[in-house]
Amino acid sequence: MRRSVPVAAIAAISSAGLLLAGCSGGKDANGGASAANAATKGMVNTSDAKGGTVNYAISDAPESFDPGNTYYAFIYNFSRLYARPLTTFKPAPGEKGNELVPDLAESMGKPSDGGKTWTYKLRKGVKYEDGKPVTSQDVKYAVERSNFARDTLSLGPNYFQQFLENKDKYKGPYKDKSKAGLKSIETPDDHTIVFHLKKPFAEFDYLVSAPQTAPVPQAKDKGADYTKNVVSSGSYKFQSYQEGKQLTLVRNPQWSAKTDPLRKQLPDKIVLKMKVAQSTIDKDLQSGNTHIDLAGRGVDGQTQAQLLTDPKLKANTDNALGQRLVYTAINSKVKPFDKLACRQAVQYAIDKRAVQTSLGGPIRGDIASTVLPTDIAGYQKFDMYPQKYDAKDKLDLTEAKKKWKECGAGRTDTTILARSDRQDEVDAATTVIDSLKKIGINAKIQQYPTSKYFSDYAGVPKFNKKNNVGLIMMQWGSDFPTGYGYLQQILNGKAISQSGNTNLSELDNPEINKLLDTAIANTDQAAREKAYAEIDKKTMEQAVIVPLTYFKVLMYRSPEATNLVSTSAFSGQYDYLNVGIKK
Amino acid sequence: MTAPIETTGAAAEAQPEAVLEGVPSKRIEGRSLGQIAWLRFKRDKVAVAGAIVVILLVLIAALSRPLQSLLGLDPNEPNQSLIDPNTTLPLGDFGGMSADHPLGVDPKFGRDLLARVLEGSWVSLIVAFGATLLSVAIGTVLGVVAGYYRGRVDAVISRMMDVFLAFPLLLFAIAISASLQGGAFGLEGLPLHLSVLIFVIGFFNWPYMGRIVRAQTLSLREREFVDAARGMGARGPFILFRELLPNLVGPIVVYSTLLIPSNILFEAALSFLGVGIQPPQASWGGMLNQAVKYYEVDPQYMLVPGLAIFVTVLAFNLLGDGLRDALDPRSR
Repeated sequence: MRRSVPVAAIAAISSAGLLLAGCSGGKDANGGASAANAATKGMVNTSDAKGGTVNYAISDAPESFDPGNTYYAFIYNFSRLYARPLTTFKPAPGEKGNELVPDLAESMGKPSDGGKTWTYKLRKGVKYEDGKPVTSQDVKYAVERSNFARDTLSLGPNYFQQFLENKDKYKGPYKDKSKAGLKSIETPDDHTIVFHLKKPFAEFDYLVSAPQTAPVPQAKDKGADYTKNVVSSGSYKFQSYQEGKQLTLVRNPQWSAKTDPLRKQLPDKIVLKMKVAQSTIDKDLQSGNTHIDLAGRGVDGQTQAQLLTDPKLKANTDNALGQRLVYTAINSKVKPFDKLACRQAVQYAIDKRAVQTSLGGPIRGDIASTVLPTDIAGYQKFDMYPQKYDAKDKLDLTEAKKKWKECGAGRTDTTILARSDRQDEVDAATTVIDSLKKIGINAKIQQYPTSKYFSDYAGVPKFNKKNNVGLIMMQWGSDFPTGYGYLQQILNGKAISQSGNTNLSELDNPEINKLLDTAIANTDQAAREKAYAEIDKKTMEQAVIVPLTYFKVLMYRSPEATNLVSTSAFSGQYDYLNVGIKK
Repeated sequence: MTAPIETTGAAAEAQPEAVLEGVPSKRIEGRSLGQIAWLRFKRDKVAVAGAIVVILLVLIAALSRPLQSLLGLDPNEPNQSLIDPNTTLPLGDFGGMSADHPLGVDPKFGRDLLARVLEGSWVSLIVAFGATLLSVAIGTVLGVVAGYYRGRVDAVISRMMDVFLAFPLLLFAIAISASLQGGAFGLEGLPLHLSVLIFVIGFFNWPYMGRIVRAQTLSLREREFVDAARGMGARGPFILFRELLPNLVGPIVVYSTLLIPSNILFEAALSFLGVGIQPPQASWGGMLNQAVKYYEVDPQYMLVPGLAIFVTVLAFNLLGDGLRDALDPRSR
């Protein structure tokens, strides 16, 4: 969820006239004028030039850089510079970036036992920054600490805890000091690791692409403080880290290209500045003081207007899909939205075109009608609640009013939640309120900060019940780029929790639950994708999610940086593995 | 009770001027203090201009809803067709100004700015007046009590004022407004936000008024008319409210008029910070908050609420200054 994943499709509007230029923009080694969206179609400024410093900046400060204690897509991306997971995504443009390749593992996992057992062989000769060899026990330890010691490391997802066999109720390495550790992960030798699952899981290779499988030497682990001095297994290592201010990475001399087909180790230094205002980052990107906006969520509204009105600046932008959906969740447990007809009325009543503009226009996402974003395999186009506009661009509310009458709720008061620090979300909520007023729903907005949105407010069913929260603004990106990675956490009845809940509609539909469970056990990819489309349709029949837009980012591509490619696997962000700098 | 006023310096000073203006001798026999003040006020052109603007503003604010429907405007009606979908900026020059939308429209939504400024005017004024009323009420009562009784009562009230003055008001206001947004006291939505703003701004501003009233009371209570009242057997409350209070009307009116603009600014500041009036309700501070994100590409948007605040605050300040000069010439 916080993790956003992606694919870069081409924004028809922004790039129509530049399509051809964009295609050739792939091999643009000498810094000639590149075109808008070039990095979503190929690598821009391809170069093997070594040296220099690449400057990153971010508007807030991530809680942790520990690969085992994070859920942000941009740290999934960035951490690969100093922590090698078993598999990762190939640096490639758009949906091509969804291709998994072995990283620390020498090949993809070998399933056995019908998909319940997965075996990986590690590459030989991989060393930590202190020269010690990386072993399969370190990978096992990394999974144990990140998934089974939730009271120490709580920020990441816990898929391994959910899916790994654990009959002895293993409590994690900080409490359970026994040498055997978790029994369902075996390490027969230093270069082999075997995972035993409760149930078949066909997409396990995606699961091990999380930084949680990057090796951590037990002797150097300091729990939550490991973030201050991560022991590198990648091409760069920590030189200094000032919490909330700056992180400096330098070359890891122990890293060898012989054990790593992906990384190139180009710049001498990588500096990340934290807590820089977004408007400053946008300006610094244009002036060349900053090369990458780490968060990769794109420029702010004002910069967007400036970039799009200046053709020269526009040529340096990338407008990428992010495997994300912006939507309004309808709480099916709060009156009157427990009735299907009431929810359907809302589907018809929300003026999606107005919402799209308040989210920043088509540049920030096309109007959506499905739960699955267009760039996730299995997506099928359909629109169960089509909207009609009259000559004056006003939404036709006949169907909405009919459904609202059928539901019989009459004049209704309700509450809509949005994140106070996300202006676009507040603006979209404002538009939703305005739309709903026309059919007799009087919604008031309540805003809460992102950091507590799921833990204390929107993600707490009791809070929603008590505060009559019928509608919740939401943005969702998948944990890994498949239908299951996208749908499971927001639709499965079993995913409803008392805090930190992301199934905001509190949908618990036996049919949908069953479809999800059988899909992931199926080893036939085509059949899985078919199931995801079916789940999508069943969910829209329930009308618990009002899809608003298929989220897109608009990024300014620094002309100074090399090897830039916007990848679908990381929410449309640039792939950070080999970004270098022109001399 | 009017007797002592006749002997105040203000009246004594004022009389010769009035005499000069008056023509025949038979009209000399007397003007009330109010008349004199009014004469003095009338001569202050700037203050009169301020007063006219203030009256207009109050009228506009009171009639803002009928005005909107008269002009056929809706502050919350989005107009997609007036917005460039890519930049989300208004189409056309000067922020989308046109005959239909004389002040233009806002980015992203295309809502009419004239309607939003009108809608924001009553919010601003109701909060400013409400908060001023609250702080004047508390400040006057506690100030006059402290000044009249002195001693321990004064010590307690005065220290209380010090405590309130030392409060980090803005932080406190942000905390209260943020924590109450879910609903409280059986209120929610706009009525709740208005009451919270009035309470926060009014309740923490009373010591300024309190100090002024206390100081005035301290000097008034030594006057002969108070002694006379006491000699005739009047008790505390009577003296406080029938003898002292009427003589404090001047400074109270003056400082209330000066408090209003500062309260308008405070309300705008809170809404600007996102803890005041919540969207989609229009408020000047909220509009500024949105406009500041577009100041480089759509500066006209910032001008509209900015000018509204500027004109209102200036008018109230000029009126307040004029009133002070008219009611209390010594403070010139």
